[in-house]
Amino acid sequence: MDLDKFKVHGEPLIYGAMISIALATIGILVGLTYFKKWGYLWREWLTTVDHKKIGIMYILAALLMLFRGGVDAMMMRLQTAAPEMKFLDAQHYNEVFTTHGLIMILFMAMPFIIGLMNVIIPLQIGARDVAFPRLNAVSFWLFFMGAMLLNISFVIGGSPDAGWSAYFPLASLEFSPTVGNNYYSLALQISGIGTLITGVNFIVTILKMRAPGMTLMKMPMFTWSVLITNVIIVFAFPVLTVALAMMMFDRLFGSQFFTMANGGMDMLWANLFWVWGHPEVYIVILPAFGIYSEIIATFSKKNLYGYTSMVFSMLIISLLSFLVWAHHFYTMGQGAMVNSFFSITTMAIAVPTGVKIFNWLFTLRKGRITFTTPMLYTLAFIPIFTIGGVTGVMLAMASADYQYHNTMFLVAHFHYVLIPGAVFAVIAGFHYWFPKVFGFRLNERLGKHAFWWIIISFNVTFFPLFFLGLMGMTRRMYTYSEESGFGPLNMLSFVGAVGLAIGFVILVYNIYWSTRYMPRDTTNDPWDGRTLEWATHSPIPLYNFAIVPKVETRDALWSAKHENIPLYTDTKYTKIHMPSNTGKPFILGVVFFFLGFFLVFSMWIPAIVSGIGILVVLAFMSFDKDQGYYIPVEEIAATEKKLMRGETV
Amino acid sequence: MKKKGPLYALFLSLILLLPGCSSIAVLNPKGPSARTLSDTILLSILVMLGVLAVVYILYIFVLVKYRAKKSNEGYIPEHEEGNKVLEAIWIIIPIIIVAFLSVVTVKTTNEVENVAADYQDQTPLVIYASSSNWKWHFSYPEEGIETVNYVNMPVHRAVEFRMYSFGTITSLWIPQLAGQKYAMSDMLTTLHLSADTEGSYIGKNANFSGKGFAHMEFEALVLSNKGYEDWVKEVKETAPKLTEEEFKGLLATDYLGRKTYSSTHLEFSPPPGDHGEHMSGGGKEMDMDNGNQEHQDNKEIHPSPEPSSGTEFDSKPDPEVDQPLPSSPVDESTHEGH
Repeated sequence: MDLDKFKVHGEPLIYGAMISIALATIGILVGLTYFKKWGYLWREWLTTVDHKKIGIMYILAALLMLFRGGVDAMMMRLQTAAPEMKFLDAQHYNEVFTTHGLIMILFMAMPFIIGLMNVIIPLQIGARDVAFPRLNAVSFWLFFMGAMLLNISFVIGGSPDAGWSAYFPLASLEFSPTVGNNYYSLALQISGIGTLITGVNFIVTILKMRAPGMTLMKMPMFTWSVLITNVIIVFAFPVLTVALAMMMFDRLFGSQFFTMANGGMDMLWANLFWVWGHPEVYIVILPAFGIYSEIIATFSKKNLYGYTSMVFSMLIISLLSFLVWAHHFYTMGQGAMVNSFFSITTMAIAVPTGVKIFNWLFTLRKGRITFTTPMLYTLAFIPIFTIGGVTGVMLAMASADYQYHNTMFLVAHFHYVLIPGAVFAVIAGFHYWFPKVFGFRLNERLGKHAFWWIIISFNVTFFPLFFLGLMGMTRRMYTYSEESGFGPLNMLSFVGAVGLAIGFVILVYNIYWSTRYMPRDTTNDPWDGRTLEWATHSPIPLYNFAIVPKVETRDALWSAKHENIPLYTDTKYTKIHMPSNTGKPFILGVVFFFLGFFLVFSMWIPAIVSGIGILVVLAFMSFDKDQGYYIPVEEIAATEKKLMRGETV
Repeated sequence: MKKKGPLYALFLSLILLLPGCSSIAVLNPKGPSARTLSDTILLSILVMLGVLAVVYILYIFVLVKYRAKKSNEGYIPEHEEGNKVLEAIWIIIPIIIVAFLSVVTVKTTNEVENVAADYQDQTPLVIYASSSNWKWHFSYPEEGIETVNYVNMPVHRAVEFRMYSFGTITSLWIPQLAGQKYAMSDMLTTLHLSADTEGSYIGKNANFSGKGFAHMEFEALVLSNKGYEDWVKEVKETAPKLTEEEFKGLLATDYLGRKTYSSTHLEFSPPPGDHGEHMSGGGKEMDMDNGNQEHQDNKEIHPSPEPSSGTEFDSKPDPEVDQPLPSSPVDESTHEGH
């Protein structure tokens, strides 16, 4: 076997990364052994099927990836801060922007949202868990192993370098001969399968497991947004699965789907990629709309304005999201007719999005607005996202896009959409639901410090890029000349990026500080919430609700608090059925990781062994006779008694 | 879009807020196609500023008026279901705006996809622009000449670029003359442009194409009709012929400076079929199994890029370069050579 292909040569930064990864791994292993935490880790986390713990693991992984992607971003902005910078070379820069995109979208934004979804959705609909708890664990471990596979590419063999959209023929074996794009096809495939399973799981959960009385039109807005998102996942992800399989065949087995010769079509990849890739944007943004809706209602003390039109606007957005993919390549010579069609469908998305913005503004109207940290992120979202939205309409105009396409203008636009539309949302949701999960709030003062750093720096970083685009600076340029005149604005953008980094560091410091010093919240409902998740204890008991609530209005808890509509009509506890923990999803994930790794390096025999391993684990899973267990009434009573007194269980 | 004065004034006042960006190429057009796009962009900016203003005014109003303060302590807002009339308003007005912009888009897209109105009586000057690795080849079939990494055009003349690629997807973009369009290996794309001011403009590849992407710039020089004719004549008299051997050598080299030839590669390496034929399948030269075989043949000698070994390429100019490498395409001194 040729060991040489595992090596990445001649980059002090990569050697540094290798050493830090090795040290961190050794540190974790030694720490776990020293504190005798292996058993705890296995019993409580690796084998868990509890939606709350799976959600927490998703969020932890996402935060980790936020910093990995953030370091990539800092390296890029540093490299382009001044003309002719020599910090990164072309190859390294190409790998960095490719993995920045992949990681931020697929391994940060989406898992963060899926994490919040996992923690909150069963609570919001008054359920005890998701519909398929063990499948949920499978989803998580596939996502996690896919993410790890992509991350090791940096130090073993080389990262993908053809852009996150991996256009062919650039991503083909001919033009990208390193294993980087093998990692692309396999890491995305493995985590993508996990996401697809999540999609099925949550559709079933929301449709079948709502508390009695909760009709579809009484669901909280976050639940609605998640339901629609998961429908998009189920329609969009199979396209990615197929496209990535074709890519893998092209790269590993010499098929010619996307090659230049022998009937291959590079455009086919672009089409398949964006048929998935455009809906993907809405997969990360629609749940954010849901999160904002919850937060705006809570902190203006009002019910959501225009609930019905909010729901319908999301449905229309989800439909349109599948009809606009060709706007990603207006310049591919598809002619004025096709471009006009996609222009109109793309611009049409502005209408339902505008409906949401105005409904939020009218929810605030006549409210009593308190400026907590989650609310600040939500309020900052409105003006910033609107800039992203209007520049989106500008980009949607096919003719004008001939001038914006592939430029920094586009880069500015999608950061103006995705950062307020997804990142601010998950941070807001994180601050908002944190006390529900852990039983104490994050510090407000530190939270606001981080907020102002992030909001101001965000604009300093990305607003100049609109002008750079119009000046003719294309995206993905690792360097530019002095004469181009791109220097000053890029430097400004770099300064902003430093501010953003400081903001995120304060945010994490806040988690550490609050864990140590913040007092326990004994109310279970620190924000005076409106929906069911605030009706149970914080932290949440294993079974979520001792008694299943009954729902009569949209804001069920609010009605219970202010209109005397009781949530709990039963008074007696009954035994609760819970699923047992299982290590099989974790093992399945590990085997998938090895399959992916061996395929990346075309090591066929170990790959075949891993493939058989997957079938064996699947067989064990399908013949598993474990039907779960019952929590007896006495235990529920004891737990509830303790929780009422404000103790942790 | 006739009255652009106020638009420019408004936009200029905006950009003047940012020191150091007096040269916004996209909004400084030098030909009818780029001007159409620039007008479209300015119009859309104006409409969108209007939208932003409405949202921002409402936003500031509700935040100031309904914030929690001492005077409204204990106030519990009433339940408010929504309002059909209001919601209808913010559905219908955006639809009107989108409809208006759609009309503008369809109209301007058609305009820039065709020869500009003032030039429709001319037969366009056809220039084939093909990319290979990090180079541009410009072939003039009428004149029978070919250049590498620079393109000369006569002023006030309809020009039709026909683009394709010997490798990855690239995108030909001369921001001050026209919007960009992709060059791909399996089909021909067309870009119409014309310049109404003489001068030197930056052209570039706008689509990421690998290691040398950042350096894939070229000069687009617009000459007077006389100047252009003189240049063509001079090239025909002095430049060497482009042989198949020589062309394969060019394709095999990653980076090149400027080159000039008195024949084109189209003779021995025809371009792929255009998009229409490709899609309809009715084209004679293009069949899906084979592609254009002669075009495909060239790709076989097209080498895979070497694994990266650093960025030293920009410091070592090709020894065969027969014309000086400009430090920047807009460098005034390079004009004298023509």
